[in-house]
Amino acid sequence: MIRDNNRIKIIGRRALILGSGKLVILSVLIGRIYYLQILETDKYTMLAEANRINLHLLQPIRGKILDRNGTPMAINQQNYRLMILSKQVSNLSNILDNLANIISISDHDRIRIIHENKRQRGNTPIIVHENLSWEDIARIEINTPNIPGVIIDVSQTRNYPIERFGVHPLGYISAASVTDLLDSSDPLLKLPGFRIGKTGIERVYDLALRGKAGIKQVEINANGRIIRELRHDESKPGIDLNLTIDINLQQFVGQRLGNESAAVVVIDVNSGEILVMVSTPSFDPNIIIRGINYEEWNDLISNPRAPLTNKAIAGQYPPGSTFKLITALAALESGIIDKDKMIFCSGQMSLNNNIYHCWKKNGHGSLNLIDGIKNSCDVYFYEISRCIGFEKIAKMAKCFGLGTQTGIDLLEERAGIIPNREWKLSNLGKSWNQGETLISAIGQSYVLTTPLQLAVMTARIANDGYAVRPHLTRDIVDGVNTIPRPVPNWSNLGISKQSLAIVRRGMFAVVNDPGGTAYKSRIKDNEMIMSGKSGSSQVRRITLHERSIGIKKNKDLPWKDRDHALFVAYAPEIQPRFACCITIEHGGSGSTNAAPIARDILIEVQKRYLHQNINSTKTIQRNPNSHDSVMEDFIKKSSNDQNEIENFDIRERE
Amino acid sequence: MKERHMSFRFYQNKISINKKLRHINYVFIFLIMTVCSVGFMTLYSVENGNIDPLVSNQILRFFVGFIMMLIIATIDINFWIRWAYVIYGITILLLITVEITGSVNMGAQRWINLKFIQLQPSEIMKIALVLALARYFHWLNCYNVKRSLYLIPPLTMIIAPVILVFNQPDFGTAIVLTMTGGVIFFLVGVQIWKFITIIAFGLAAIPIIWNLMHKYQRQRIITFLDSESDITGSGYHIMQSKIAFGSGHIFGKGFLLGTQNHLNFLPEKQTDFIFTTFAEEWGIIGSTVLLLLYTMIIFYSYKMSLQACSQFARLIGLGLITSFFLYVFINIAMVTGLIPVVGIPLPLISYGGTSMITTLFAFGLILSVYIHRNVYISNNI
Repeated sequence: MIRDNNRIKIIGRRALILGSGKLVILSVLIGRIYYLQILETDKYTMLAEANRINLHLLQPIRGKILDRNGTPMAINQQNYRLMILSKQVSNLSNILDNLANIISISDHDRIRIIHENKRQRGNTPIIVHENLSWEDIARIEINTPNIPGVIIDVSQTRNYPIERFGVHPLGYISAASVTDLLDSSDPLLKLPGFRIGKTGIERVYDLALRGKAGIKQVEINANGRIIRELRHDESKPGIDLNLTIDINLQQFVGQRLGNESAAVVVIDVNSGEILVMVSTPSFDPNIIIRGINYEEWNDLISNPRAPLTNKAIAGQYPPGSTFKLITALAALESGIIDKDKMIFCSGQMSLNNNIYHCWKKNGHGSLNLIDGIKNSCDVYFYEISRCIGFEKIAKMAKCFGLGTQTGIDLLEERAGIIPNREWKLSNLGKSWNQGETLISAIGQSYVLTTPLQLAVMTARIANDGYAVRPHLTRDIVDGVNTIPRPVPNWSNLGISKQSLAIVRRGMFAVVNDPGGTAYKSRIKDNEMIMSGKSGSSQVRRITLHERSIGIKKNKDLPWKDRDHALFVAYAPEIQPRFACCITIEHGGSGSTNAAPIARDILIEVQKRYLHQNINSTKTIQRNPNSHDSVMEDFIKKSSNDQNEIENFDIRERE
Repeated sequence: MKERHMSFRFYQNKISINKKLRHINYVFIFLIMTVCSVGFMTLYSVENGNIDPLVSNQILRFFVGFIMMLIIATIDINFWIRWAYVIYGITILLLITVEITGSVNMGAQRWINLKFIQLQPSEIMKIALVLALARYFHWLNCYNVKRSLYLIPPLTMIIAPVILVFNQPDFGTAIVLTMTGGVIFFLVGVQIWKFITIIAFGLAAIPIIWNLMHKYQRQRIITFLDSESDITGSGYHIMQSKIAFGSGHIFGKGFLLGTQNHLNFLPEKQTDFIFTTFAEEWGIIGSTVLLLLYTMIIFYSYKMSLQACSQFARLIGLGLITSFFLYVFINIAMVTGLIPVVGIPLPLISYGGTSMITTLFAFGLILSVYIHRNVYISNNI
């Protein structure tokens, strides 16, 4: 019995120890449950929700883009897409085999689909085929039982009805790139087939055009099957934009330019509205929407005439003789010359043992400023630039919008270059020499401008010195809203009216005075009279040797070595309304090749808008022009002699 | 004082059936029924608010098991000591049968199909082992307990079924058997240093055991060590289980409202992971209350066992409740991510016939220990 009592003692003690141990262990369990259910609850609650709830984004409809008259430039079309819900497909390659019997699936697509399927985890469907035809849809519908997990879905795709004529200012949309995805937190970008603006207006106002995604919240089970819909917020479509572009003019200009590699800008000199912005050659943005193939893309990017570039804002060319307007204004404003300043041109001028040639080998003889502009005499401008120095000319150029971005609502715009001492020292590390003053004064050497800048410059000369700025949208786009554009109130550039009138008189003479470089391209309708300035900018140096054996004609040179043909113009002469700049890459002479295009375009523009009091011609506050009566005399006079020198052919060369 | 009381203890070898029924611990019965009801309720939720088939099957098993429990509680305890070795021997034979001819189920050989019920010998072994060890140590006096030689037979009794069960392979049950055996050794007064020695040998043997393990068992341990690294792969179960727990918070999502449960994110939610379902819907309040119910069951079992006058009865009571405790602990520690997923059900709650029947069988024995607390059992049978 004692023995048994001993056993009882041991087992009692040890049972106590054991029981206590069990209590400790159970407390540990409670502690663990406390940790999970109280301390970590936020994390796990969120994960449970993430398990349970799937968000489906509802793609908003992209805003339309219309021209100034409401004609559509970018619209949306219904696109039937074939998609695979990867979660409902067990054997993808089987399904693809079955599909391949119904519609064509390229090997490339096949690899892409399999790759996307591996990569993705959510339940975003994979696009197999876009833009299905009715026939395809019918065939797929019939075969539905053989292809489980395959659905047809309707989405919107972009369409550009004017095809290649609007692409440069308009731009196009395309799938978001990796950098786009990094830059933006908008979940829309991850939607299959979602596209964002890549260039032009589509890019600048992408957020406004894009709209806001709707959200569909659904409850799903562990297999990804939808149990019920919890929330449905409709998407908010993007806003429609009205541009200042006139689609018909745009098309007219595009056709008029033909095969040239060129850029044309037409601007309202008072409001800054861009009526035309054409860059040729062009391309049809619809092929990018449809899915451009490698060869097509390669053709576009390897084309030396750069169809993808908007030359009107991103093409930088030496302005050539069109720059003489700036030199003239700088000289007039500095007071060292007046319009009667006579300079003798012998065909060349020497400075520091260098000889600087006029484009006219035998010289122009003695001329005043207006004749200097009219004949585009190089020596005249060498001489006045030598007197005032290039710093003042550069300042004047900047004042007229050259060498800086104009601020147009396009991101591809480039600034061009207006050189000066400081610029040369910091960019080239060399000091300025006087010879550069001479050739810069005639728009050569380092001077680079864009066609848009030249159009703005011309507009500012034409509107009597107001700092008009170009824009492409009728209303101001502020974030995702539009605000009606206020009546423009441009600041005055501070250039004397007289100087501007003299330069305009010179531009008038270029086109309308017999012997003017563009006399052949004058507009004979008194209401629409055009004034302008030609320019042919040299892209290569003429060697002494070449000069001695005779300078080759442009048409004898390879395309890449020919001069750029430029022409800036405004019209009508009295109360100018429109300014334009024509730039033809390697187009030869500005007066013979660019001026006729300017004439045709300005006739077309004025026909449409001169007598139409549309909102584009809100006139800005300006003083009554004292010189208008003077100009009217000129016009009468010149239209009298216009028949006498009809066939005056002239080719200028700087 | 106590010794004196003990020496004058009145042995009562013949007890009337009425008296036996009166001596049933009804608080204990009530606790068991409460926990089982929690189980039915949870199964009802798992089946998305349907009685059939889980809840009805489980209730049926409960009634069968409950009646069996009452019958076993009233069977004279001398019967069990007389048949302890026989039961143990038959169970070993059954295990060997499973090993040789057992049908392959869930990739592991665990069942014997007796047409009307699928028998799982490893579950029976939990009871048989306790019976056999209790009988051995009942016979062994407290001086011989200290002698290592006398520990060899009981060690063999443990190791033989453990190896067989481990081979099935049923990792969880093997652990429970080992630990239950160990606890009985501890209770009878085997010196602590011997445990330390064996544990030291055990640790040294880990590399060998590792090599003997099935690949999936190794994978389970590896997964446990870094369970959150791959939530769609092998760590999926633990992760989803933790999510269900964590999202339950204080009061839970409410009965029938567990999203992890009803949207099928939970694995094995009616069997091994049923506690997760419960915790998701009832929060920390529910899980704590359930754990307290288990604790009370264990407490009452201790109380009842320690009142028994024979070593055999005490060891049966404490051994079986330890096995029960181990099941509860391993299961909850497993679903909360404390230990690897070893595939052990939560007793009285998890859906499954064998588990329910064997647990109630064990409780029948514990009740019997209390009813027959004053029955004298001879040392020489």
